[in-house]
Parts: sequence; structure tokens; C-alpha cells
Amino acid sequence: MTNAAVHMEGQLHAPAHGAVATAAVHASGQQHPIKLYLVVWGWLFVLSTCSYLVDYFGLHGYLRWSLILLFMVLKAGLIVAVFMHMAWERLALAYAILLPPIAVLVFVSIMVLESEYTHFLRVLFFAAPS
Amino acid sequence: MAETVLTNPGHSTARLEGWRGIAADWASDQRAFKNVSWGKAMMWIFLLSDTFIFSCFLLSYMTARMSTTVPWPNPSEVFALNIAGNHIPLILIAIMTFVLISSSGTMAMAVNFGYRRDRVRTAALMLATAAFGATFVGMQAFEWTKLIMEGVRPWGNPWGAPQFGASFFMITGFHGTHVTIGVIFLLAIARKVLRGDFDVERRGFFTSRKGYYEIVEITGLYWHFVDLVWVFIFAFFYLW
Repeated sequence: MTNAAVHMEGQLHAPAHGAVATAAVHASGQQHPIKLYLVVWGWLFVLSTCSYLVDYFGLHGYLRWSLILLFMVLKAGLIVAVFMHMAWERLALAYAILLPPIAVLVFVSIMVLESEYTHFLRVLFFAAPS
Repeated sequence: MAETVLTNPGHSTARLEGWRGIAADWASDQRAFKNVSWGKAMMWIFLLSDTFIFSCFLLSYMTARMSTTVPWPNPSEVFALNIAGNHIPLILIAIMTFVLISSSGTMAMAVNFGYRRDRVRTAALMLATAAFGATFVGMQAFEWTKLIMEGVRPWGNPWGAPQFGASFFMITGFHGTHVTIGVIFLLAIARKVLRGDFDVERRGFFTSRKGYYEIVEITGLYWHFVDLVWVFIFAFFYLW
């Protein structure tokens, strides 16, 4: 794939010296077969249907929650990796974007403790437990 | 993946593998994101910040739901519709999910045709994406209307915990705003694509800078992010 090497740094994605007519040959940027997108699209439909069916069949408890999380993570992974091209980006970018959200998980665990404490106090002082 | 071509292949691979490569890039005293244009890098950084905003909304919803002693309204029932005499749970939300996923599919293909410099197909696919987005917002408006008519308010509702309304309007409202902005963004860029701005390197009205087909991918990043956020809202707010 040396045909894209005409693009020097600093003029990213500029058409190669006005050679617009041959532009189709001078593919630049993220180029992947259309089929890949169609396959991912199909999988997203399947996974969405699955997560809808979790509700439709009224599954409960840990089975419901783990299935919801599983389908959610798979869908999110497909969108980020393929549709947003993160799978082909340089690692320095991928890690800079994908690692910080881990801080959210820390926040989640803090708030779980906090809301359990709040719930405990409310049950103790204000209301009948639900 | 044999047909894969990376942006600016002169810098496509890290000089070192794995973590050492990351350290080398970040410590290089130059630009950290070697083969990524500033436009794409800034969109990613914006999306990261947006991730935190939506995370905070979902977290506050989680905290409200976990700490209340009043039963939470059952979303499966709240968002059920009667279609042709059948009571189908959560059906509207499922259709909205499929609409948004379809829009992501057309967007991904628009990016692909953009890099192939197929002006007409790129614009057509972007317009299709915008149409799906507008459909989504329309269905959301219908959903809001239905719930407001049934008496859902940010401070209360007929079925249970009063925080339900506040969480619902805040989270879906903020997401709907993002979709609306995305539709406007798509229409603006699709117009530029169709006019051939990126083929003749026409300068932008506001920036006086040349535009490239990469803007289609950057628009796509924003659009896919909107879909990504919906995946989490769908899982945590509607299904949980």
C-alpha cells in the first residue's frame, strides 16, 4: 500500500498535487472493505435484538444483569473498534482515550458504597424498606 | 484486513512495540499522536470529555435508584406500547435502538466512500444518516409527549420513585440534544461534500482553511459516539 505514501506529514489528506482525477487510486485515511462494516452492522442488530429479548422474556436477577452488561460491552466494543477505527489507530492515541474512562469505574464503586449507606440510613430512620 | 491502509503510512507503526512505543511517543517532545491529524485528535479528546459528562449523569441516576426506598418504576411497562391491540414491552425504545444502529452503519460507509473520494455516495449516505437521526429525535419527542401526558414530571410520576422523571428527562434530553447537533453537523458537512469542497480544496467560510475528506471521518466519530452513548443508556436506564 505504498500509493498513499505521497502524503507527507503536515499536509495530511491533501489530494496528491491536484491529481484529483486519479484520486480513487490514491486512497488515504482509514480504508477498510465495506463488507467489514456490513458484518459489524449485522452483529450490532443481533446483539441489540438479544438485549431486547432479555427484557421481552422478563429474565430476572443476576442472569438479566450479566446478559445486559455482556451485550452492552460487545456492542460498545464493536462500535469503538471498527466504526470509530480505534483498532487501527496508533497505540499512543488508543490508550490516551480508552484508559481514562477507567476512572469512571472507580467513581461507580465509590457511589455504590455511598448510596448503600444512604439507603441504609433512610430505611433506619424514614421509611419501610423496599 | 489485507486492504487496510493507515493514515500517513510514514508514521503508521510505532517505533517500538506496546508500552515502550507509547512511552516513546509521549516522551518525544514533539506531537504525541504521530499519524493522527489535530482535527481527529481533538474530536477524540472532546468525546472523552463527553464520556465523563454522560458517565456523571448515569452515575447520578444509579445513585438515586440505589438509595431510594420507594420502588423504581418498571421501564419495561412505562415504555410499553399498544400496537394493533398487542401490548409490547419497551418496543418503542427497541425501534429507536435499531434506527440509531442503522444510522451508524450508513455513517461508517459514508466515511469509507469519503476516503475513496466518491462525492455523491458519501453525501447520500451522510444524508441517510441524518434522516435516521432525525427519525430518532422524532420518536424521542413522541416518547416525551406520551410520558408527560401520563403525568411524568422531573419531581414525580404516578408509578414510584420521584427521581425517575428527573433522571429520564436529564439523560435522554441530553442525548437527544447530542443527536440533534449531530444531524445539523451531518447536514453541514454533507452539503460541503456534495458541493465538492474537498475535491477543489475550497476554503471554509469561517476558517478560511482548506477542508479534506477526513472531516467526514471526524463527523463520523461524533456520530458513532452518540450511538455508543445510547448503548449505555439503553442498557442502564431502559433494561436494568
